[in-house]
Amino acid sequence: MSDTQKQPDAADRMPHSKLAARSNESAAGNGRGLDHAEGTSHPIRVAPEPQPRGAKVHGKRPIDQTEAAGRFIDAIQHETTHDARLWDLRSKRDRQMHIIPEWEQLRELASAIKEHTLTHLDTYLDQFEQTARANGIHVHWAKDAEEHNKIVHGILRDHGTKSLIKSKSMLTEECGFRQYMASVGIEVIETDLGERIQQLDDEDPSHIVVPAVHKLRTDVAEVFSRTIGTDPENSDVHYLAEAQREATRPLILNADAGMTGANFVVAETGSFVVCTNEGNADLSANVPPLHIASIGIEKLIPRLEDLAVFIRLLSRSALGSPITQYTSHFRGPRQGGEMHVVLVDNGRSARLNLNEFWTSLKCIRCGACMNTCPVYRRSGGLSYGATYSGPIGLIIDPTFNRHKYSALPFSSTLNGSCTNVCPVKINIHEQIAAWRKVMSENHEMPLMKKAAMKAAGAILAHPRLYRAAITTADAALNALPRFMIYNRLNAWGKQREVPHAPRQTFHSWYKQNRGTP
Amino acid sequence: MSSRDDILATIRANLPQLDRPLPQVPMFDDKAPVSLLTSFREALLSMGGDFIDPAPGQEPLAPVRERLVGVKVVCSATPEIQGNRPLSDVKVPQDLADVDIGVVRAAFAVAETGSVCLTEGNFGINALGYLAQHLIVLLDPADIVANLHHAYRRPEFRQGHYASFHTGPSATADIEGVLIRGAQGVRSLTVVPVPR
Amino acid sequence: MRVGLFIPCYVDAFHPDIGIATLELLERFGLEVEYPFDQTCCGQPMANSGCHVESAATEALFVKNFQAYDYVVAPSGSCVHHVRSKLDAIEQTDAVLKVRRSTFELVEFLHDILKVEAFPWAEFPHRIAYHNSCNALRGLGHANMSELRVEPFSKPLNLLRKVRGIEVVELARPDECCGFGGTFAVFAENISAKMGQDKVRDQARSGAEYVVSADSSCLLHQQGCAERAGVPLKYIHIAQVLNGAAA
Repeated sequence: MSDTQKQPDAADRMPHSKLAARSNESAAGNGRGLDHAEGTSHPIRVAPEPQPRGAKVHGKRPIDQTEAAGRFIDAIQHETTHDARLWDLRSKRDRQMHIIPEWEQLRELASAIKEHTLTHLDTYLDQFEQTARANGIHVHWAKDAEEHNKIVHGILRDHGTKSLIKSKSMLTEECGFRQYMASVGIEVIETDLGERIQQLDDEDPSHIVVPAVHKLRTDVAEVFSRTIGTDPENSDVHYLAEAQREATRPLILNADAGMTGANFVVAETGSFVVCTNEGNADLSANVPPLHIASIGIEKLIPRLEDLAVFIRLLSRSALGSPITQYTSHFRGPRQGGEMHVVLVDNGRSARLNLNEFWTSLKCIRCGACMNTCPVYRRSGGLSYGATYSGPIGLIIDPTFNRHKYSALPFSSTLNGSCTNVCPVKINIHEQIAAWRKVMSENHEMPLMKKAAMKAAGAILAHPRLYRAAITTADAALNALPRFMIYNRLNAWGKQREVPHAPRQTFHSWYKQNRGTP
Repeated sequence: MSSRDDILATIRANLPQLDRPLPQVPMFDDKAPVSLLTSFREALLSMGGDFIDPAPGQEPLAPVRERLVGVKVVCSATPEIQGNRPLSDVKVPQDLADVDIGVVRAAFAVAETGSVCLTEGNFGINALGYLAQHLIVLLDPADIVANLHHAYRRPEFRQGHYASFHTGPSATADIEGVLIRGAQGVRSLTVVPVPR
Repeated sequence: MRVGLFIPCYVDAFHPDIGIATLELLERFGLEVEYPFDQTCCGQPMANSGCHVESAATEALFVKNFQAYDYVVAPSGSCVHHVRSKLDAIEQTDAVLKVRRSTFELVEFLHDILKVEAFPWAEFPHRIAYHNSCNALRGLGHANMSELRVEPFSKPLNLLRKVRGIEVVELARPDECCGFGGTFAVFAENISAKMGQDKVRDQARSGAEYVVSADSSCLLHQQGCAERAGVPLKYIHIAQVLNGAAA
């Protein structure tokens, strides 16, 4: 389906005051609308549904994902649109999968390549650095987020940079990069449409591939009208996108430096690869004279022939298209330009040591797990209160802050769909279960829940005690839910009918009809 | 110890002691399409690109010349087509900001995905591929490879500093999944078959 | 063969008729089925919450009750998945390993072990939607998973298609989780309920009269959502259908 470019017409640029005047003529309120017994011909204006905001942060307490999820679910239009949109991406992914007979083999190869690379990571990082340097790339190493920000700041300061354009990079979100730059007075402009919307709204991105997927067009219209002067009444998507293109182009042309992330780093050729659909990474890299790439150390792969496997899997898994509109391979600075790579650890090397969780480093940031997760689709990414949300978030966020994210592994039904769509075969749902064990063993579980589990474990280990607790059907109905509910009476019954109590348990039926063995 | 040394030391200390050999990657081309040009064209169209089928009797460059008639600023990086903004006049990438149509030749193309590969040599100045409002790409049909496994065997990724797969025009669906063409980069990408 | 019948705690308490149907069904094939009287639970509720220490004694009791049998059969995908893949809060002795690999869910047992060809006593002239619980589907491999590129198959439908009169309809999202998720149903009640409502809506739109499943825990949750919404769908366990339940 091809869309023609729509140029916003004069009506779309009507001054806001004129629109406001029109709405005052409507039938509501002034008692004159029905003077001639005519209905108003103006559309009845329904106020757009306000955007539900993300997880609330209460000091150092663990993030309560379910509370934020509840507010998202209550915002019916937002939740319905969000769920349908991401399920559509999952369906498109499935369609691509069926076209590729070697699909499962590609996943197996991708997983094997990543596991090999990670178990030899020092060698490949070394190889990359040497080759990249030989091609004229400056290579820096940052132990953590703070060092990354300082290194980048140093490079920008050396070049007198006042404004920096950048393409999407989850690593820079992880490092709190934009906030740091704001604090040192360097203007940062996001060029990815979704990221730009979020930046202008002073809100984190909600999804690693489609950062504003939780927003309705009316939310975007509100943000843009506040920040780039569009018509607040116009939520036509083409109008909004064109407005952002026109507003951002001069910022791109005037920027002193550009920053990108990287999807893959090829050790063999000393190059890195950036995949976008908008071409904004290529604008950021090729217009200003200085290009800085912030890259997590786990992005390494050994050879170009390995790259083919990942490029074939990435966009198909993420969006259900065979490849991104732009797949760019950077091997050195351009004529008259300068190129810097900042390799960032920020906890990745430590994660290598985690027996059950190191394979989470295979992640290629495709977002397929988020698209398929039935909890994520109904909760919105902001409900997780972390840079990484959805299934992959549940297994890596605790490595950044175990206490803050101690409840996240419980925002899952362990259904396993995420593991199946993961192009690098991370056993995500098994790792989620493993994190629950870690939380339980490290006193990161709410005390009452732990106590309830202990009580349940005790009763269920003693048949006579157990039978005594559920001798009558009524007692069963009361007893069983009780050890599952810890601070909410009748949580089951809030939105569901409670199960009907049968006349007798199977156990007593058997005793009655078949005798005691 | 530098951060580099610290990081590498931590990695070495933490490497999982597991046998994980690097696999051989097959070429996956035993079911290669009969006509690479047809496959390429179909894939390109599905990604929002345009392909000009040569009209009978027309010389290959004619469709390109037709599309440049009356266009205000044309910048060509190809010897076959003359624009009115010579690359030699361009001192900085920003000088290309007002280009309406850029004309380049593709190094090669990939049938599987409908992608053309454009290098710094093809662009002259890389920014041409992104600041122009529209891009016309000359492609020799003999330069089409079957899939990405074949593509990554080509020398463009081992020489030179920049090589980019372009697959149709710039696009986004970031707002409610509505497809937008010309999000930040070119509004259209048109491939014209022109032998070298 | 000596068969031990395991009736999960929630079947025992809320759906004894499923336990009865399972017992009668197995006996129809001439099997000697025993019901160890001291059984309680497989340990799943504690273990799935990460509370392995708290689950150990229950798991040990399970092994103690069932170690004498050639096969342990249970009408529950989630419990059997737990026993076969995760009963590891206790030392893995030979007895434990034997019980773990001998435990089968009812559909698996009928399809793979007994290889049942016919259910002559059964008739169910209704349109049904089949619900594969996530444990049965992705844990036990009851049917092909929509996320994977594999040949389609379905053990439960293979069995159900041998029942006279049955008509099977498809859902728009055939294997999306219904949201029960064990303790998730209570600790993340709002998300769980929304998932259940969406599942029920999908089932209603499919034109099904009945929803059939091998996991009654999911069915309890879905039925609760359906009843609250006033949707007249009926929920029944596959054991009951195969045993000749009159609808």
